Amino acid sequence: MSEHTEHSESGIPVKHVIGFIASIVLTLVAAYTTVMSGLPVPWIIAIIMILAVIQAVLQLVMFMHIAEKNPIPQYGNILFGFFIAAVVIAGSIWVMSFGMSDMDMDSGGGSGGGSEEMDHSEH
Amino acid sequence: MWDFIWNDFLVTGEPIIYGAMASIVLATVGIVFVLTYFKLWKWLWDEYLTTVDHKKIGIMYIIAALAMLFRGGVDALMMRTQLALPNMNFLNSVHYNEIFTTHGTVMILFMAMPFIIGLMNVAVPLQIGARDVAFPFLNAFSFWTFFFGAMLFNISFVIGGSPSAGWTSYVPMAGPELSPEINQNYYLLGLQLSGIGTLATGINFLVTILRMRAPGMTLMKMPIFTWSALITSIIIIFAFPILTIALALMTLDRIFGTHFFTLAGEGMPMMWANLFWLWGHPEVYIVILPAFGVFSEVISTFARKQLFGYKAMVYAMCVIAGLSFIVWVHHFFTMGAGAGVNSLFSITTMLIAVPTGIKIFNWLGTMYKGRIRFNVPMLWALAFIPNFTIGGVTGVMLGMASADYQYHNTYFLIAHFHYVLIAGTLFGMFAGLTYWYPKMFGHKMNEKLGKISFWFTVIGFNITFLPQFFLGLMGMPRRTYTIEPEWMPLNLLSTAGAFVLAAGFVIFTFNIYYSARYEPREKTGDAWDGRSLEWATTTPVPHYNFATVPYVNSHEAYWDMKETGATTYDESKLEPIHMPSYKGLPIIMSAIMFIASFGLVWHWFWLAIPGLLGVIICMVIRSFDFDEGYHVPIEEIKRTEEQARGRKE
Repeated sequence: MSEHTEHSESGIPVKHVIGFIASIVLTLVAAYTTVMSGLPVPWIIAIIMILAVIQAVLQLVMFMHIAEKNPIPQYGNILFGFFIAAVVIAGSIWVMSFGMSDMDMDSGGGSGGGSEEMDHSEH
Repeated sequence: MWDFIWNDFLVTGEPIIYGAMASIVLATVGIVFVLTYFKLWKWLWDEYLTTVDHKKIGIMYIIAALAMLFRGGVDALMMRTQLALPNMNFLNSVHYNEIFTTHGTVMILFMAMPFIIGLMNVAVPLQIGARDVAFPFLNAFSFWTFFFGAMLFNISFVIGGSPSAGWTSYVPMAGPELSPEINQNYYLLGLQLSGIGTLATGINFLVTILRMRAPGMTLMKMPIFTWSALITSIIIIFAFPILTIALALMTLDRIFGTHFFTLAGEGMPMMWANLFWLWGHPEVYIVILPAFGVFSEVISTFARKQLFGYKAMVYAMCVIAGLSFIVWVHHFFTMGAGAGVNSLFSITTMLIAVPTGIKIFNWLGTMYKGRIRFNVPMLWALAFIPNFTIGGVTGVMLGMASADYQYHNTYFLIAHFHYVLIAGTLFGMFAGLTYWYPKMFGHKMNEKLGKISFWFTVIGFNITFLPQFFLGLMGMPRRTYTIEPEWMPLNLLSTAGAFVLAAGFVIFTFNIYYSARYEPREKTGDAWDGRSLEWATTTPVPHYNFATVPYVNSHEAYWDMKETGATTYDESKLEPIHMPSYKGLPIIMSAIMFIASFGLVWHWFWLAIPGLLGVIICMVIRSFDFDEGYHVPIEEIKRTEEQARGRKE
């Protein structure tokens, strides 16, 4: 019962193939930047974050039909998706820093030491 | 060569394992013999292995779930036997570790998950008036990847050795340094393989429910079980990718020597726990929400009343879905995070009790002044409410971060989550299976045997797990393989209860056989005087489900139809029905994935790489498959419907 309406006339899903190849290229560029480019760390982080946003937009347009007129808008699910993404990333950083990264200044954070080292040495 | 097979490949040296091997070989020979002797191979291939029919896929899911329930149950009995008395020598510590690991993994991922997905497959398309799910091929593929993932995990106990780091598989215990054998790889790849199927199921049901409802059925007119399936699908879609990534990272750590979760190389071991529970907590709601949906249907049907507070039920499930993603840290409060982290997650955890409490009161409200029929599905629902509430209340106790330092990883926790998962999910699945059984197989399950198995299960369950709360408070830690003498009386009681519980399951299974032979066949499609669309079609359900789809005006579509005398067979509206064709590719592709994963488990790249190429070839074959299915002609629909409905008069 799947509908084959989204294929172009030749039967090849051009949009999807372009999106797929572009996603792989963007991922390879990100991997190259991180592993082999030798740039300073802040630059690497900035570049891979920009690449990630580009790829997310690309996938929303190429695969997720976000530009098409949809009879049933899915704003709820899209917003929920952003909420989950924020929770996973920000939540993980906060929890894995033991919630101490901003406590070091005023209270010494219990066991002292920079939060960066603490992440790795506490357990 | 033989040396490798005997010493590393096969698990040797334990009489229990030899027994298991012998029984596996005997069962396989027996199945092959029966299939060959009765010439059933072609029937099996044509009717089941290649099917894309959601009803048959649902049945296969449920059979697999019951088989896995047996396997996980045997694990449980072995553990309870070992813990019955101090210094028992039934299992050694390594074997005990393997058994609690497989018990947990099998029960959650290969029993609860396929059971809920099986019931969703059976009921959801029928409840919304659809002819099948949105992507029938993908549905078959989901089942087969789940099935082969489960098989990959299960063969570990005779080939290579079972994983032994707990179902949570925490590093560094599960990492390459402390578990250098291949055991943990089975966990990683078995879950990865079945996780693909689960994710695909989530997408499939989301699209099915959003796009394929009967005309007139707005979201707020959907049956409540369909609502629970919708919310579950959304949680699956957002939660399972996290597990996929976490498993992939640990696979890289273990097989390719990266350092995501190892201390060496600046990895973060606790990051595994963090990612695992980011998936793991929503997973808890994935397995409980469909059970809530089943109970809502069952209580409304057997109290002979409309569901009380339909909208509140829906909103409560939405709130639970949202909250389920922001409580995960309560699984590792004792990691020692700061007060800010622990108190935030304490509060969100306790917040979940609010929507759950709303649901409990709605069920009570539905029963209030209802004329209750005490059939077996209703009994499960009635037992669920008090038992699940005990689980919920102890959950709130565990959710207080400061108190959790006392309860953490004691038997108090074990008792809590068994009260939630058995009284919630398992009772729900048994209720759902008994409730929809007549729709699936054309006859009910025997009431008398059903009631006997119900009482054995409920009483056995309480004798098993109620003492464990007190054992936990006495300080008995989880995952210990011997007990102290002062814990003996309650442990002995708990073990005795486990065998009563097992007897309940055996009677339940025997009831399936007994009912197939002796129960009277269903004459109408409406076995329980039901209220939603699945009872509107005939039994057995024609493969196209509905000859004509009715217009829906409320969330009790069939109740309205009964009042106006409408049926799902309106001769003036008949049209040829578009149906998908059966395909062999899903099972073949999943089998190739199984082989590739098995190669990866053993670091045999000569097997894994060709396997992955095979998977890609299968994807290409599928991409160029332009089979659009077939149309059921009007004559055939007329013949089927008149034959089925002729019996009614």
